[in-house]
Amino acid sequence: MPLLPGPAHLNPVATTLNIPNSRFFFHRYGFAEADLEKYLSAALSAGGDYADLYFEYLSSTSLSVDESLVKSASQGISAGCGVRVISGERTGYAYTDDLSPERILHAARTAALIASAPAKQTSAAFQQKPARSLYPVTLPSVNADILAKVDLLMRADKAARAYDPRIVEVRVGFADEQRNILVVGSDGALAEDSQPLARLNVNCIAKTEAGISARGSAGGGGRVALDYFSTDASPEHFANDAARQAILQLDAREAPAGDMEVVLGPGWPGVLLHEAVGHGLEADFNRKQTSAFAGLMGKRVASDKCTIVDNGTMPWRRGSLNVDDEGNTPQNTVLIENGILKNYLSDKLSSKLMGIHNTGNGRRESYEHIPMPRMTNTYMLAGQDDPHDIIRSVKNGLYAVNFGGGQVDITNGKFVFSASEAYLIEDGKITAPVRGATLIGNGPDVLTRVSMVGHDLKLDEGIGTCGKDGQAVPVGVGIPTVKIDRLTVGGTAKREAPPLMQ
Amino acid sequence: MPTATENATTTDLKQLTADIVKRAMQGGATAAECVAKEGDEFSTVVRMGEVETLKEAGSRALGVRVFFGQRAASTHTSDFSAEGIRTLVESALALSKITSEDPFGGLPEASLLGSLPGDLDLYSDDVYSLPSADRIAYARRAEKAALDFDVRIKNSDGGSFDAGTGRKVLANSLGFVGEYRRSSCSVAAVPIAMTDDGAMQRDYWYAVSRSLAGLESPEKVGRIAAERTVRRLGARRVKTAQVPVVFDPMVSSSILGHIYEGVNGDSVYRGASFLAGKLGEKIAAENVTVIDDGTIVGGFGSSPFDGEGVPSRRKAIIERGILTNYLLNTYTAKKLNMTTTANASRGLAGTPGIGVGNFFLQAGVKTPQQIIADIPDGLYVTEFLGQGVNLVTGDYSRGVSGLWIRNGELTFPVEEITVAGNLKDMFFHISEIANDLEFRGSVAAPTLRIDGLTVAGE
Repeated sequence: MPLLPGPAHLNPVATTLNIPNSRFFFHRYGFAEADLEKYLSAALSAGGDYADLYFEYLSSTSLSVDESLVKSASQGISAGCGVRVISGERTGYAYTDDLSPERILHAARTAALIASAPAKQTSAAFQQKPARSLYPVTLPSVNADILAKVDLLMRADKAARAYDPRIVEVRVGFADEQRNILVVGSDGALAEDSQPLARLNVNCIAKTEAGISARGSAGGGGRVALDYFSTDASPEHFANDAARQAILQLDAREAPAGDMEVVLGPGWPGVLLHEAVGHGLEADFNRKQTSAFAGLMGKRVASDKCTIVDNGTMPWRRGSLNVDDEGNTPQNTVLIENGILKNYLSDKLSSKLMGIHNTGNGRRESYEHIPMPRMTNTYMLAGQDDPHDIIRSVKNGLYAVNFGGGQVDITNGKFVFSASEAYLIEDGKITAPVRGATLIGNGPDVLTRVSMVGHDLKLDEGIGTCGKDGQAVPVGVGIPTVKIDRLTVGGTAKREAPPLMQ
Repeated sequence: MPTATENATTTDLKQLTADIVKRAMQGGATAAECVAKEGDEFSTVVRMGEVETLKEAGSRALGVRVFFGQRAASTHTSDFSAEGIRTLVESALALSKITSEDPFGGLPEASLLGSLPGDLDLYSDDVYSLPSADRIAYARRAEKAALDFDVRIKNSDGGSFDAGTGRKVLANSLGFVGEYRRSSCSVAAVPIAMTDDGAMQRDYWYAVSRSLAGLESPEKVGRIAAERTVRRLGARRVKTAQVPVVFDPMVSSSILGHIYEGVNGDSVYRGASFLAGKLGEKIAAENVTVIDDGTIVGGFGSSPFDGEGVPSRRKAIIERGILTNYLLNTYTAKKLNMTTTANASRGLAGTPGIGVGNFFLQAGVKTPQQIIADIPDGLYVTEFLGQGVNLVTGDYSRGVSGLWIRNGELTFPVEEITVAGNLKDMFFHISEIANDLEFRGSVAAPTLRIDGLTVAGE
């Protein structure tokens, strides 16, 4: 598969499934399987259909360099257990950050109260399913030498300041974590995983003598060890990109306002897919018929040039998972194939209630949260067009290559994403940079206006965090260069159009 | 193997935080600070009349910040065992060896520390007084009121009831030990309306209060949610134009939030704010006065002391259009050669940031209807989509939905359009401020009319 991300020197990842054997919680807290059965029995003591326990032990560090000083360094540990009981469409949930047997039992009995029937028996023995090994780091970044991390930050600071004398402020941050999880279900499922995550960020401010200011930011990482940042994803790479954007913005002119042709550059602009279609295809919204995509399964929702997948199985990626937060195996799920809607992203509850295949997309922010269907790495497959031809085909339009974030109202389908680096296209040529502007469209039909798809698929560098119902999870996005025949650009520049007419 | 046997309800957090500070000092710190947070939450969602989720839990955590001369570091944990606390303190001390010397770091001056006297009325135990069945009934009543309001309300993302209490304790090596408790409860409804052709719209409404006694009725919440939802049906786009834009209080508080971010001392000292270097200058229209007041009795943003143990206070941020104060903690105050404004916000991890008390734009005298009545053609915004705001340049561009104003009246719903301008100009162009200021959180503004914005659509 042509999409293997990450520097070439990283160890190849075993593509076969195997039984992981970390037994982290069993060692650290002295759990026995009999204890877990006891907790599950308590969770089903009022007769729920299904119960599971999610144990989490998260260690994290963060560092920041600001004004060329290591201004803050922080480490933390957060551990706890969430107990979920499902009874029909009802979910009871309780959690504890105290992993003593009494507190776990208390949480289990609290969650149990969602049901009201005779107690259920749980299955006798736990079965651990084989899982992938997508991020086999030998030394997790959280345990790596902190001075090596300081060195990365100092290098980024130096590179950004060296980029241009107009760079006046540089702030560099590094954050990493190691999340150990254990999920056991009353259906006998048992899954463990140890999930690394690391990210380096650079923020710059440029200022001219005339007092004009602009900002730029860049960053990246993934489920990687610290040595990832000594390759192409170097501190200098991110620093130069952040500084370049800040300097570029000093000369940006007003962004246009109104409908026009828009070309998206490859990589992070895939946030379009995340907002325009990804959320709307999460099964919970479709089960409840609250999504603008409800009832469109098998129908055309994009041009035939568009094939979009959600792929949780990519080595080292920020959105990837060996097991989801319900203990299932994530997959490479085709959401839209040649423009036709094919699949929703599901979790245990929605796949059961809707009678569909579980795609292994049940995720949660932490043990304090109820899992729900979430994206992993969402991207559009490469097409046939040459990116240069795509630009040349546009008479008057916008070329957007970097974005802040986005948001969607899944019920009416309206979505936005905010360009932070964009250029005018005039007579088939990229011309002046423009100031930041929000792009707005309608999810169920925006992709029907994709008329060209480049052969240059790229995934983002590992910076995305998705929020849903107050829960944040790391995700990835990707897209080749694409041309959208019409999208609304929310700039301020006046056009020679007549004043308002209804 | 760590064993966590202490019970959250019996642990004396004040004693514990003071002990942790002492241990950090014994370990060689030159100054130290410890924060403890303890809270519990209850939430339930009822959807289409049936309970969908029921959640109940409590949690607690500790954070410590140590200074080693002019170097600082911090750690946090949810592990209250003896080993967990030892690791917490030792890791912070070790970590402080690798940070840089920063002459602007340090705790507040001892003379500034303290806690407001009197009862700010932030805690009411009645938020938990309802039995479980009645809490579920609150959620169900809100949803039912929405579903019953109009036949076009055909679906729902649920009604909900949430309650929570929290306790925060702060101790430092200058002898400060303070604590306070806060409570809140809320009820919400998220109805979905549908037209015959299957087009759907969703909106929501909620009420929130520090006490159950002060909470609006679920029926009222459901009814307002339904009204806001139904009026969006049949929304269309409009052509690109420059017209007067009126922001309802749900969205005007978001606009005021950019002033809050713009006067954040952290952004100011690094030049990352469009308001940096503007103290004493006119930055808004004459009718604009903005206050931050952490001392309002029962306020959602009130507290007896800030995240560094400095008593909360009231200060004007903008007085009749003139920028009069930034929001500062000890560090940003030193960077700007000023004094803290008691706006330190302290999470568990890292160095203190900047927070607000109750941050509001003072109300005017006209009603929202009077303001709308003056406008021949304009946009009334009820919802924002996205975060297209650049605080460095002031560039502002956001997705919106709302209603079109024609001949002084709200006529038809609009969506899939944007509103754009620049924050440096927008506050000068606040031409009307309504009389409908209401606190639904710690940042609040009345209905506003702003001129000179570009509405982008077809």
